[in-house]
Amino acid sequence: MVRREFLLRGSGLLAALVAAGWLSPEAAAQEWNRAAFEAKSIKEALEALGAKDASAGADIVITAPEIAENGAVVPITVASRIAGTESIALLADKNPSALSGVFTFPVGTLPEVHTRVKLAETSNVHVLVRAGGKFAFATKEIKVTLGGCGG
Amino acid sequence: MLAAGAAAGLTLDGRRVLAGDTDAEFYSVPPVGNVHLLHITDVHAQLLPMRYREPHANLGVGAARGRPPHLVGEALLTRFGIPAGTRAAHAFTHLDFDAAARRYGKTGGFAHVATLVKRLRTERPGALLLDGGDTWQGSATALWTRGADMVEACLELGVDVMTGHWEFTYGADRVRELIDGPMRDRIAFVAQNIRTRDFDDEVFPGYVTRDCNGVRVAIIGQAFPYMPIANPRHLVPDWAFGIREESLQQTVETVRADGAQVVVLLSHNGMDVDLEMASRIAGLTAILGGHTHDGVPVAIEVANPGGKTLVTNGGSNGKFVGVLDLDVRDMQVRDYRYRLVPVFSDLLPPDAAMQSLVGRVRAPYRDRLAEPLAVTEGTLYRRGNFNGTFDQVIVDALMRVKDVPIAFSPGFRWGASLLAGDTITREDVMAQTAITYPAVTVTPMTGERIKAVLEDVADNLFHPHPYYQQGGDMVRVGGLTFSCEPRATVGQRIGDLRLGDKPLDPARTYPVAGWASVAEGATGEPIWDVVETYLRDRKVITPPKLNTPRLLGVDGDPGFSPPP
Repeated sequence: MVRREFLLRGSGLLAALVAAGWLSPEAAAQEWNRAAFEAKSIKEALEALGAKDASAGADIVITAPEIAENGAVVPITVASRIAGTESIALLADKNPSALSGVFTFPVGTLPEVHTRVKLAETSNVHVLVRAGGKFAFATKEIKVTLGGCGG
Repeated sequence: MLAAGAAAGLTLDGRRVLAGDTDAEFYSVPPVGNVHLLHITDVHAQLLPMRYREPHANLGVGAARGRPPHLVGEALLTRFGIPAGTRAAHAFTHLDFDAAARRYGKTGGFAHVATLVKRLRTERPGALLLDGGDTWQGSATALWTRGADMVEACLELGVDVMTGHWEFTYGADRVRELIDGPMRDRIAFVAQNIRTRDFDDEVFPGYVTRDCNGVRVAIIGQAFPYMPIANPRHLVPDWAFGIREESLQQTVETVRADGAQVVVLLSHNGMDVDLEMASRIAGLTAILGGHTHDGVPVAIEVANPGGKTLVTNGGSNGKFVGVLDLDVRDMQVRDYRYRLVPVFSDLLPPDAAMQSLVGRVRAPYRDRLAEPLAVTEGTLYRRGNFNGTFDQVIVDALMRVKDVPIAFSPGFRWGASLLAGDTITREDVMAQTAITYPAVTVTPMTGERIKAVLEDVADNLFHPHPYYQQGGDMVRVGGLTFSCEPRATVGQRIGDLRLGDKPLDPARTYPVAGWASVAEGATGEPIWDVVETYLRDRKVITPPKLNTPRLLGVDGDPGFSPPP
């Protein structure tokens, strides 16, 4: 309890320490989930993350283009409004490795991520949120097209 | 954001206006209310009167099946109560095109648009003129002056606000030069959905506010969301586009908080995207739309969490002027009238000042433009989901001149029509081809790759969710026959690919001619030279055999009505 309060009040300091590389965040101390990152399919990745029973969640907001301007760098912003969000993972159906990244949030951190993902082809991108040990996900299709012919 | 019952009277009034065949009846457009918005869009640089055949194939998928704008021919007339065989029926449909075009004459032309706009403005003091973009591209003179002739014409016309799409194909620097030069303080260029790629900063103002008879009106710009995908990315290397619904909603809230009583989105999304957007965004009074070139005679009311939003689409090529009258009292829209008024050049005398301007900007090029190349024995048109006759001539030219078995031509929706017996001039060819990336390329492609390309383009047209559509029509294909099932899923729409009587071999490589590559550094003869070579060689163009795909699952579709 004492520790929890410290983290809440001191999250700015904590973030700075993490950024500077002086302190590992709680979750980064967890072992690198090799099996999840090497998974070829969504199913395998979910299993490796322990998220087989994830349910669809309405409180996950994905902001990303419907059609990518460049599949190699697709900007994506994800915000979780689920209380007690611990981590956010990004997965793409059609990528050779399904899991693109996992972001962990020390208590008190705003669970929002802005990053870029690489998409091999048109794919559903799933955002998996862990909160209170439970998993919820949201999905958005991002199209990677050959281009031309519009207008 | 419309008060209840605001739509009353629209259809009847629209019918009366459209039914008249004399000048006085046809152009009787009595004003209503105190806020007046005039809308032109997708003019495609057509300074002179021309003909534009509306499509006989405009299929809607998913929820859009049979819903405006996916109505053609008789189905469109029935839906909007337009009597067959009238001037209005000719304006809005392809029916009996050749004969009706001869009876009613040409449409559009900036001198005639100017006369109509002046009349509408005289009746509506304080009216704002909004231009939805695709104005600077589509003619030889626009290409040769890099948009300058159209900017000059729009300044003369009195455009107040514009957004864009093909404008960007002149390159970011040229767009800046025209906006910061002749347009400065006269035409506001707005686009909430164009940002810098590095820091996501606005490139253009997202909106402007104007006063119309004491009512504060905000006009938010929505440029074509997929320009760097549909057109060459390298022309606007530092700009990111996209639909950007979240920032639009924020902008609406900002302008409302700032006192705007009317909030209009001047949009180049395309009508399906606009209809979807109107159902999701709260606080827009109206979306005045373009891009998909749909001449839709009424405004569609769309319910959303904030109330209702009107959605229009204003046709193309200067053939129509949209008129939205709003009665705004006590911060509420109490009533409205919308009309999409066709511009019949014979009914509207040319405006002298605009006619002189058009003559002056064309003068240096007159002889070059008038060069006769061939005579056509059939109607030549482009618009439609699949090959039009003019595109057939283009793919035939590509195959013949480049001596290849397969040709692709982009599914553009701009391009004027010609009637049987017309001489095809260089200007007519340029009206189909005038772009800044015209190189003809011959690319070796495997059968598998060819199918993938056709599937990709078909998905951009027939994806069931509008936000995943780019607008434009199906790529025009020469040589190769295939079947197409628009409502199938991606990867399953295209089938039965054949070259002559042989199935296309997925593993074999075929040379494919095409133009308008979006890749940087594509080189080759410009498409207009290839078409010109073909036309001069042929001299007489007999009605070409249309290579349209065998369509599956479209029987009885209100968006499909092939001529007999």
